Amino acid sequence: MDKLAILTTFIHNIVVFNIPLLYGTVGEIVVEKSGSLNLGVEGIMAVGAIFGYIIGCYANSLGVGIAVAFLAGAMCGLLFAALTVSLQANQNITGLTLTTFGLGIYFFVGNGLKARGWPVMADYSNIKNGFADIAIPGLSEIPLLGRGLFTHNILVYLGVAIAVAMWWYLNHSVPGLKLRAVGENPGSADSVGINVKRFKYLHICLGCGIMGIGGYYMGLNMSGSFNSSCWINGYGWIAVALVIFANWNPALAILGTFVFGFFNTLRVSGSSLASAFPGALGWLVKIPTQVYQALPFIITAIVLFASSVKNKQNSGQPGALGLNYFREER
Amino acid sequence: MAEPYAIEMRGICKHFGSTIANNSVDLTVKKGEILALLGENGSGKTTLMNMLSGIYKPDSGSILVDGKEVSINSPEDAKRLGIGMVHQHFKLVDVFSAADNIWMGKEKTGFVLKKDRYQQINEMITRFGFDIDPQKKVYNMSVSEKQTLEIVKVLCYGAKVIILDEPTAVLTVQEIEKLFAVLRRMKEQGHSIIIITHKLNEVMDISDRVAILRKGEYITTVETSQTNEQALTEWMVGHKVDLNIDRPVIEKTSPLLEVRDVTIRNDEGAIAIDGINFYIRGGEMLGVAGIAGCGQKELCEAIAGLRPIEKGQMIHKGENIVGLEPKAILDKGISMSFIPEDRLGMGLAPSMSITDNMILKKYSDGKGPFVDRKQGRQEAEEIIRQLSVVTPSTEIPVRRLSGGNVQKVLLGREIKANPNVIITAYPVRGLDIGSSYTIYNILNEQKKAGVGILFVGEDLDVMMALCDKIMVICHGKVMGVVHAHKTTKEELGLMMTGALDLTHKYADKPAGFAKDSRFEEHSGS
Repeated sequence: MDKLAILTTFIHNIVVFNIPLLYGTVGEIVVEKSGSLNLGVEGIMAVGAIFGYIIGCYANSLGVGIAVAFLAGAMCGLLFAALTVSLQANQNITGLTLTTFGLGIYFFVGNGLKARGWPVMADYSNIKNGFADIAIPGLSEIPLLGRGLFTHNILVYLGVAIAVAMWWYLNHSVPGLKLRAVGENPGSADSVGINVKRFKYLHICLGCGIMGIGGYYMGLNMSGSFNSSCWINGYGWIAVALVIFANWNPALAILGTFVFGFFNTLRVSGSSLASAFPGALGWLVKIPTQVYQALPFIITAIVLFASSVKNKQNSGQPGALGLNYFREER
Repeated sequence: MAEPYAIEMRGICKHFGSTIANNSVDLTVKKGEILALLGENGSGKTTLMNMLSGIYKPDSGSILVDGKEVSINSPEDAKRLGIGMVHQHFKLVDVFSAADNIWMGKEKTGFVLKKDRYQQINEMITRFGFDIDPQKKVYNMSVSEKQTLEIVKVLCYGAKVIILDEPTAVLTVQEIEKLFAVLRRMKEQGHSIIIITHKLNEVMDISDRVAILRKGEYITTVETSQTNEQALTEWMVGHKVDLNIDRPVIEKTSPLLEVRDVTIRNDEGAIAIDGINFYIRGGEMLGVAGIAGCGQKELCEAIAGLRPIEKGQMIHKGENIVGLEPKAILDKGISMSFIPEDRLGMGLAPSMSITDNMILKKYSDGKGPFVDRKQGRQEAEEIIRQLSVVTPSTEIPVRRLSGGNVQKVLLGREIKANPNVIITAYPVRGLDIGSSYTIYNILNEQKKAGVGILFVGEDLDVMMALCDKIMVICHGKVMGVVHAHKTTKEELGLMMTGALDLTHKYADKPAGFAKDSRFEEHSGS
C-alpha cells in the first residue's frame, strides 16, 4: 500500500470508528443542559443498538433501524426522567443503574435471539447498502482528506448534522434558552413560567434517543456480529468525559471526537503507520498499546484540570447539574 | 357595587408537616395601592406570598383576582393572572445576560435574532423608566441592579400585582430611596404592590395600608395614615414592646484585641483594608460603620484567621495572633459570626440539624472517636429555649428554619463557646423587631460579662443606640472612632463617604492606639 493511502485510511478510520462518540456526547450534552447528570450512556447506547439492529434488520430498512434505536434510547430516557424528575431519585445512582440495566437488556435480548437465529447484516441488502459510504460530490475529490473526511456512511453525516443542529438549538433558539435556564437554575425558570418538568422530560428523552442512534451505529460498524463483548465497549463512558472536554458545547464535541478518535485510532493503526513511515513514525510501535488506551482518559484528566483552573463563568457546566428540583423545597 | 379588589385571599391555610405556616389568613389588595405586609420572622408572610405566585398551593381557602375565583397551581398560572413576585433570593440565571433572563419567560416569541432581542428588551426597559444594560451578565451586576432587573422582568410579563419580598434588606439608603420612587411611579400607573419589610419607618413611608400577620394568623389590616410604629409593633409582636435599645455602661478593662497597621487584600487582590488601627476593651462594644463592601468582610475574616493579612499586627491579650490557624484563634476565645447577604452562607451547614451544627463547632472536645450527640442536643435545646428559636425540633435541618431563627442559632452557638471577643457582622440582617431586640440583648449580656464586641452593622440608628464607640471605614481606611452617644447621623454619614476625616483630630494621640496598649510588652518580648 502506498503511503498516501495509509494516511487516508488512518483519517477515514478516525471518523468511522469514533462518530458514535459524537452521538453519545451530544446526547449527553442535551441531557446535562437540562440539569440532569445521566451516567447511563453506556447502557442506553446498548439498548438503542440491540433494538435498532434487530428490528432494523427484520424491516430491512436502515431508516427503521435508526428510528427504533432512537425510540429505544428515548424509552431509557423516559425511565431515567420518571425516576429522577418525578420520583426525585438520586441521578448518579439512577444513571449507574441504567448502565447495568441497559447492558443486561442488551445481552438478554441478544443471547435470546442468537439461540433462535441471529439476523446477519449481510443478508439484508437495504441495511448493507444503506450503510455504504457516500462520497460528497466535489469535496471527496480533495486529495488525502477527500476520502478521509468526505466519503462516509450516512450515519456519520447524520451525527455531524445532529451536533450542529443541537449547537444551534441550545445557543440560538428560544426553547434552547429556556432549556439552559432550567439547567442553570430551575427555580428561576419555574418562576417565569417555564414548565421545568416538561423541559426535563423532553430533553432527557431527546438526548437519550440520540445516544441510542450512536449505539445502533456501533452495532452496524461491527457488522452486527454478536459475541461475548458488548458493541458499545466503554464508548459510553468516554462520551461522558467528552462532554466536559467539549465544555457542554455540541459543536466543540465534534472537535473532541476527533481528538479522542485520533488516539483511539493510533492504537489500532499505529503499527501500519510505523511501517509506512519507518523514519518519522517508527517509534510508534514501541509504545505499548496500554498507553494508547489510557491516552483519552489522560487527556480528559488534563482537560478537567485545565477547566477547573479556568474562570468558572466561562464553563458551560449547567449550574444545577445533578440536582433534582422540587418547587416547594425550602 | 364597589370595585373588586385586585387580590383577595380568603381563609388561606397552609401546613408544612406539623408546622402551621398560615392559618385562615385573609388579605385584600386594592387596585393602585401599596400594601405593606408586616410580621415577625416565621409569621408566614413569604409562605402566603408564595401561594399567590404559585410556588406553593394552599391547603384550603380561596384566592380571588379582580373578583373572580382562581386556582394558582404554578408560577405559570400566576404570570397569566398578572401576578409577579420579586423573591428575596433573586430568581435570576447568573450566566445569562439581563435580556436573556427576561426573554426566557416570554411566551410566543417567534423567531427573533439576538441583536433584535437586545433592542426590544432595551426599549422595554426605557419605557418603564429604568436603566440596565440588557447585555450585561447577571453575575457582573450589583445587588441593586439585580433587583431592578427582577422588577423589570415582572413588568415585562405584564404583571398588574407585584409582590416584593424584603426588597430593602440588601440595599443601601440611597438605593432604597430609588426603589421607593420606582414603586410610587408604578402605583400611579395603576399597579398594585405588596411589599414585605421589617423596617417600620419604611412601612410608614411607602405604604397605603398595612396587613399584619403573627405566627401564621391574620391579625388586622390598617390604614397607614391612621397608625404609628408603636401600634404596629404591638400588633406584630402581640404585647407591648419598648423600642428603646439599652446601652449598659460598665467598667472597661484593658484592651483585649489590638489591631495595628493592618492591611488586607480582598479576593481580587485589591487592597480592602488599608493600614487600619483600632482596639477593643473588655466590656466595650465597638461599632463598625461603612458603606457596604468597604472591607468589613475582609476585616472580620482576617481577625478570625480565615484570610491572610498583608502586613500589620494583631494582638490578643498581649499575644500575637497573626498567622495562627482559625482553630487556634477560636481557642483563644475570639468568635466570629458573619451573616452574609444571602444569610445562609457562613457558619452553619444548612442541611444539618441544629444539634449537628452545635457539634460541628466542638467536635474536637469530645473524647474518643464517637460523637457526643447527647450534649449537642442539650445545647441545642438550651439555645432554642434561651433565644426562643421557633422550630419543631432540634433535629430539623437548619435551612428549613426561617432566616431570623437561623441567625439566632448561629449567634447562640458562638456565645456557647464562652468567647472573650465577639466579632459579629450584620447579626440582625433581615430580622424582625422582636428577634433584633433579642439579639441586642444577647450582645449586651455578653458585654456585661466583660466580653469585647466588634459590631459590624448597617443601621446607623441602631449602632448609635447600642454601641459604645463607632469606627467609620471608608474604602478600607479608618475615618475615625467616635463616641456613639456624642456623634450624629450626619457626622457618621460624612465620614462614611470620606468627606470627613477625624483621624488627625488630636495631634498627640493617634487614632486607634490604646493608652494602656499591651503592644510594647509584646514587641519587647
